[in-house]
Amino acid sequence: MKKIKAAHSLIPVLGFLLIWEIVVRLGLIPGNFFFPPFTVVIQEFYHLTANGVLIDNFLSSLIRVLIGLFAGSTAGIAVGILMGYEEKIHKVAHPIFSLFYPIPALGWLPILMLWFGIGEILPIMIIFICSFFPVLYNTVTGIKSVNKDFIKTARSLGASEWKVLTTVVIPLALPNIFTGLRLEAGMAWRVIIAAEMVAIPTGIGALLMRAESLLRVDIIIVCLIVLAVMCLIFENFFIFLEYKLTHKWRQHA
Amino acid sequence: MPEIRLKSINNFILKNANLQIRDKEFLVLWGKTGAGKTTLLNVVAGLAEYKGSVLFDGIAVDELSVRQRKISYLFQNLNLFPHLNVRENIGYGLWMRGESKKAIHSRVDEMLDLTDIEHLAGCYPQKLSGGEKQRVALARAMAPCFKIMLFDEPLNSLDFHTARFIRKEIYRLQKKSGITVVYVTHCFEEVFALADRIAVLNNGEIIQVDCPVNIFQENNCRAVSEKGYCDCHSEEKNKSTDLELKHTGVLCHSKNG
Repeated sequence: MKKIKAAHSLIPVLGFLLIWEIVVRLGLIPGNFFFPPFTVVIQEFYHLTANGVLIDNFLSSLIRVLIGLFAGSTAGIAVGILMGYEEKIHKVAHPIFSLFYPIPALGWLPILMLWFGIGEILPIMIIFICSFFPVLYNTVTGIKSVNKDFIKTARSLGASEWKVLTTVVIPLALPNIFTGLRLEAGMAWRVIIAAEMVAIPTGIGALLMRAESLLRVDIIIVCLIVLAVMCLIFENFFIFLEYKLTHKWRQHA
Repeated sequence: MPEIRLKSINNFILKNANLQIRDKEFLVLWGKTGAGKTTLLNVVAGLAEYKGSVLFDGIAVDELSVRQRKISYLFQNLNLFPHLNVRENIGYGLWMRGESKKAIHSRVDEMLDLTDIEHLAGCYPQKLSGGEKQRVALARAMAPCFKIMLFDEPLNSLDFHTARFIRKEIYRLQKKSGITVVYVTHCFEEVFALADRIAVLNNGEIIQVDCPVNIFQENNCRAVSEKGYCDCHSEEKNKSTDLELKHTGVLCHSKNG
């Protein structure tokens, strides 16, 4: 059944690609746009993969995203749990984080370039900032929204504060925590591409910029497709993880 | 054991509350909404702040946390953990106290059998009916084998027949295991079906403590009827009292409490 549903959602995509191919081949694109047919993009994808250019740049971006996302999410969850569970910490930390939260991740780029220079630390720091705040606030919301009666009940049944946190509060906050992770998994890719386009000479974003200077629209489209696919994969990974961890008790909720 | 004694308890609701609950007694706290019944339970459990002293078997427990007081507490809204199935919910208290897996499994099986919900062991609370949830909460509260149990209007949300069945179960389990029970209710029928004695609360004060017969009989119920809890002179309720007392075998231990 699931396979049939997946196949159904593929039909519109295949239809779009077919229309793209036909429209370009028949010369129906108006003006002087550089717009290659889909089959040419596929050929270029093959060439870039075969000569290793795409894989090298992709791996550079992937490693940055994985390290930055892992560090930012872990820190966001840890600080979020502390802020959500301990009102005193929330009172102190919330005003400070509220000041930094509205700043877009890319807004930090100039100051981070000055502090850390052009290197691997820079994109990782950008991803860290990009993922830290949303995961933090979703975790705080999740922890705070746990019904206080459950906490009272757990205590009355003999749970220590640590056990209350690990056996009741965190499991019940998981749906909110995963909302933050899911949103940021895709956002991390969007941000890394932008950072690489502006400031870093390697990665998918840098490849995009080089293709632009050579007027290679086919390479640009290959890079955009890779970006779209990676966003989807990362977001779906967290959807899958959330399902595995919570579906048993949430399916009847 | 254990006997519970409250000495001069004062807090945001209770006013100089003094109460002695005997070993293995089924004491019902009775009164209007806002009278302080739940607060009194929370004081016994250690979940509410108070001035005064709570003693279990003569030993002050004021400095002990709810965890250290070793009390089973069945909350009004049951609070079954939604992320744990029935078996895990019932075993939670044992797990938190570091019991072995084998001991937890065996005790949970015993409680599932006792409350007649073996078939629900793998279900999650969202899938259960009101009566089934009630039984799971009862089993969870009783699983750690504590000698004091607190019930806060546990049958409120149930239909008449289920409530009557669960009430009988509670009565049977209390008599069988010989625990001391403090039970909050508004329900007249529950009072007569369960109570050894009743403590009547009004505006944070304990205004009368006695057995059901003495509380509701014509010459003794003035304090209750003056506060408007019931019409004790009603012929129907007197008949009901007799029937319930006969039905449950509740006896009056002492006229003056």
